[in-house]
Amino acid sequence: MKILVCISHVPDTTSKINFVEGDTLFDKNGVQFVINPNDEFGLTRAVWFQQKQQAEVTVITVGDASCEPTLRKCLAIGANRAFRVDLQPSDGFEVAQQLSAHCKEENYDLIIAGRESIDYNGAMVPGMLSALLGYNFVTNCMALEIAGGTAKASREIDGGIETVSCELPLVIGAQKGLVEEKDLIIPNMRGIMQARQKSLSVLTPVESDAKSSISKYEKPAPKGEVKLVEPDQIDQLIDLLHYEAKVI
Amino acid sequence: MGILIYTESENGKFKKSAYELASYGRAIADQLGVELIAVSFNHEDATQLGSYGVDQVIQINDPSLESFTAQQYASNLATIAQTKEIKLIVLSSSANAKYIAPLLAVSLSAGYASNVVGLPESLEPLTVKRSCFTNKAFNTCTLDNKVNIIGLSNNSYGSFENPKEVNFSQASAVIAETTIKVEQVEKSSGEVSIADADIVVSGGRGLKGPEHWHLIENLATTLGAATACSKPVSDMGWRPHSEHVGQTGKPVASNLYIAIGVSGAIQHLAGINSSKVKVVINNDPEAPFFKAADYGVIGDAFEVVPELIEKLKAFKSS
Repeated sequence: MKILVCISHVPDTTSKINFVEGDTLFDKNGVQFVINPNDEFGLTRAVWFQQKQQAEVTVITVGDASCEPTLRKCLAIGANRAFRVDLQPSDGFEVAQQLSAHCKEENYDLIIAGRESIDYNGAMVPGMLSALLGYNFVTNCMALEIAGGTAKASREIDGGIETVSCELPLVIGAQKGLVEEKDLIIPNMRGIMQARQKSLSVLTPVESDAKSSISKYEKPAPKGEVKLVEPDQIDQLIDLLHYEAKVI
Repeated sequence: MGILIYTESENGKFKKSAYELASYGRAIADQLGVELIAVSFNHEDATQLGSYGVDQVIQINDPSLESFTAQQYASNLATIAQTKEIKLIVLSSSANAKYIAPLLAVSLSAGYASNVVGLPESLEPLTVKRSCFTNKAFNTCTLDNKVNIIGLSNNSYGSFENPKEVNFSQASAVIAETTIKVEQVEKSSGEVSIADADIVVSGGRGLKGPEHWHLIENLATTLGAATACSKPVSDMGWRPHSEHVGQTGKPVASNLYIAIGVSGAIQHLAGINSSKVKVVINNDPEAPFFKAADYGVIGDAFEVVPELIEKLKAFKSS
């Protein structure tokens, strides 16, 4: 089984979000970049397929050279090889086009991408990639088993879980549940040393066109002070929620 | 021409988001002077959509669409969009709508912006504001394509009655090739889902253990709310993952969010930022949540919450 895990290189969840150059650019200053959490759940599941079902795991990202430490980390976690498409993409569709070109050459059985990245939250790449390739697609995927060319996948829906079966090739939008937080693999020294020897190739981007462009960023308006209610004056809280906030 | 909305229903009832999409679509249709067309699947009586500004409802009723599959639904929406020469499609932010949107975008060569938080800033070219960095920021995004799709953030626009004379028509289902077969759907019965809830009551580590969750559940029942929890609580297995809200869990965009014993880590706050009114109950006055909340009670949850439940019951019956 050949598996591709698509990796997004994103600011750590604790990062303070700021913008520069007249609010047109994300301020990377002092920001720690990590594997997108939804991608990391998917990568860990892929490494389990590698350990238990002899799968070969490839990771790929679309981005500039600054993404390479994140790919090396994926190799240290256990991926067999890595690719970086050398392009600063403008939107999710452009990423999907680049990934699709690579996938058409490699014929992966399973493609895993986080259901969304925690920076742009577009939730576009896995679905668009599946549509460009004509592969099956299951998003919000929280459990996946594969046997004999057939996949059984669970999808989190609003207020429940849906289980589907389908044939490979398959693209999934990964999320927590595929593996648990405690299952995430922290690279050990051996993994880190091995990762240095593994192949990380840079691919020339194919021609692609974005369908959206970002002109400006802004931060939410600062909040007013919290109104405190004394614990023995709970009636007051109910009044505030009813008359002032009008939410009950 | 015209604007297309996909109105979702569940158990024979339109979801709240269907009326929100209708109201939102109506506002844009009026600016452009075009028709607002709604598509519903396996929904018998769609007259209510007319009360929220829809001009035309296209109903696709077919047993093959009984269980939701994104590929099938996307193909049907794409066919209607092409027949009607639609330039703008508006979808909700439900799990199913977010599943359909990228498939629909590729099949129509359309641009797609998810998590849009209000009416477009411009219609020519289409410019929208959307949330990003998990609610820590917004970006203004331009989609200069022949066809575009907006994914509207749930509860970001609201719904407004606006009665119209509605035209109903039936369309036959298009059957798309797919090997995806729905085997089973498990719905947590009777509870309100976090995605659809007006009010969400959430518990954190401050509750000291799963055995105290009746406090959260009772408060939620009193308010008709959904229950949620912080990340440590779901990591420790006190509550199921489906209740984890925050940056790596579910986003919450309710009218009222009540956090009990939740300290308010930056990742948690990011996930609940789109909620309109936030209340925190915590015995630690230094908890970061107090900086993000609208109303707060510094006090012991084990005393404050039962008191709040009693007072709410009295308020509701008055």
